Amino acid sequence: MTLTIDRLNVWYGSVQILYDICFSIRDGEILCVIGPNGSGKSTLIKTLAGIIEPKSGIISMNGVELSQYSRNEVAKKIGYVPQDFQYLSSSTVLEAVILGRRPHVQWTLKPQDLEIVDTAMEMLNITSMAEKMLTELSGGERQRVFIARAIAQKPEYYLFDEPTSALDIRHQIDVFSMIRTITRSGKGSVFVAVHDLNFAYHYADRVILMDKGRIIAQGTPDEVMTRDHIISVYDVPMQFITTDAGQYVVPDWIQAEKTEQYHQGEQ
Amino acid sequence: MHERSEMNPTTLYRSGQRKKLLIILFLSLLLSGAVLYALYAGSYHLPFDRILTIIHQAITDPASLESVKSEKTVVIDFRMPRVLLAVLTGISLSIAGCVMQALLRNPLVSPFTLGLSSAASFGAALAIVFGAAFLPFLPPQFQNSAIIFCAFILGWLSILLIYGISRMKGSSSATLILAGVVIGYIFTAGVMILKYLTNDEKLREITLWLMGGMWGANWGAIIIVAPITLLCFLYLESIAWDLNSLSAGDDVAKNLGVNVNRLRLTGLCVSTLAASACLAFTGIIGFIGLMGPHIGRMLIGNDNRYLIPCSALLGALILLISDTAARTIMDPIEIPVGVIMYVIGGIFFLFLILQGKHRVIT
Repeated sequence: MTLTIDRLNVWYGSVQILYDICFSIRDGEILCVIGPNGSGKSTLIKTLAGIIEPKSGIISMNGVELSQYSRNEVAKKIGYVPQDFQYLSSSTVLEAVILGRRPHVQWTLKPQDLEIVDTAMEMLNITSMAEKMLTELSGGERQRVFIARAIAQKPEYYLFDEPTSALDIRHQIDVFSMIRTITRSGKGSVFVAVHDLNFAYHYADRVILMDKGRIIAQGTPDEVMTRDHIISVYDVPMQFITTDAGQYVVPDWIQAEKTEQYHQGEQ
Repeated sequence: MHERSEMNPTTLYRSGQRKKLLIILFLSLLLSGAVLYALYAGSYHLPFDRILTIIHQAITDPASLESVKSEKTVVIDFRMPRVLLAVLTGISLSIAGCVMQALLRNPLVSPFTLGLSSAASFGAALAIVFGAAFLPFLPPQFQNSAIIFCAFILGWLSILLIYGISRMKGSSSATLILAGVVIGYIFTAGVMILKYLTNDEKLREITLWLMGGMWGANWGAIIIVAPITLLCFLYLESIAWDLNSLSAGDDVAKNLGVNVNRLRLTGLCVSTLAASACLAFTGIIGFIGLMGPHIGRMLIGNDNRYLIPCSALLGALILLISDTAARTIMDPIEIPVGVIMYVIGGIFFLFLILQGKHRVIT
């Protein structure tokens, strides 16, 4: 099972956002996409989720073009968690998670649907909040609800757009180990946009580095997240630190502030 | 551990579902009771069992009613179509409001926000001022129905205009709401010009139409409105899951397999059809499209599979009770039910604000 993206070009009106994107999401892997703000990560994820129509290029699932499948069939295979959530002020947690079953049900939820919803809520540890309104939750709790909805959708490919942006460090780690459980247990592949380079470094099987709508590099974390790549894309000097718990990428604060002053002087 | 299993989402969902069905059943019984009372209430007094007998006879053996012609006329020809029209209008306006709110993700949208009522008013005013003269293509037997015809057509025109705008500018809810409001203003201006130009007698007629009431009720109206309401209800109920998906935003709905653009346009067209078919006969009746769905959401939650029937029943109940009050409270003088609706609706929303039910309104 592979999701293959071939020469994808995406435009918003007269502005091109993505240029000739080529890569594939392989079976059971965690593929992280990193890159600065505006590099096209969200647009890429939305295009794969069927929200934005590409101007050209082919997305194919297991060798079959995505356009050959019906909307509902695609919805059963590809699940999406957006970066910013929309919800009705009167929606409950349970209602929000149940929506994930929409591609699978005709009218009523069967016992196995409810079982899947139960499991999804348990995985994200939100079972006790089932009856709460979404407005009553904290940002992080809400983020877990929307991840649970994608889990309840039971797709083969999960697309997460910065799924941990509102979470504290404990829940960030929980979500990433859950993502790892999904992929390791053969329940799907994950394509995830992350800002925290260390999460990408530690959890990704492979990494894609994007800048200005193009893929700059792709490969294993060690291949992609090199000093040169990071500096050229983020414009921030990085230090690579080896600790007992593995290697870390941290900004070189002193150098970073110097370049900041340099840029201001330029203006 | 025992407590844990009680909180199990499956159990919660099941018990919630039972509760929702019970609420719908209870409302159906309440509506049946209200219908019977509305048939009974009125200045021509008939004992309750007599009314039941007349209805029974009218169905099984219409010829036998010849001997009690006046009783038959009151129950079968006057009260019954009026009661049915109130029920159907309540259902149509309420489900239209409910679905439009879901489609546009805005709880304050109603059939009137999108310019429908202004457009229908303009149609009615045109027909009142110029009579059937400007509709020479209308067959003679329909000349008297010019108001209904014009109100219906222009109500539809408003949604076609919105459809056209959304084809050019996209179907985001902000675009559609803005387009609706603007179209509403333009048609309102048209109504004002007609009111200003016409004579006093016709001005009075326009004013009455704008207040709305069940005066136009007859079996002919029911035969047209009933199937439209039923079909629209069935269609809207059939898209309930898609409407639910929209609650998570356009992007997530698309990812869940919903064709958002098509859903929004067909949903709007069907709910407009339901609302404008009723409005054409009754004139402007406000607030039902807001009150029905709002009370429904408080009782039953957001799941449109249950919310649509629940709103339908509530809308029917509210309008029927109001209309029965309108024709009996100051008997023999009749108050336009539209006026009563504005008073009840105003008080209801004032109450919501004071209760601080922000989660319902905002």
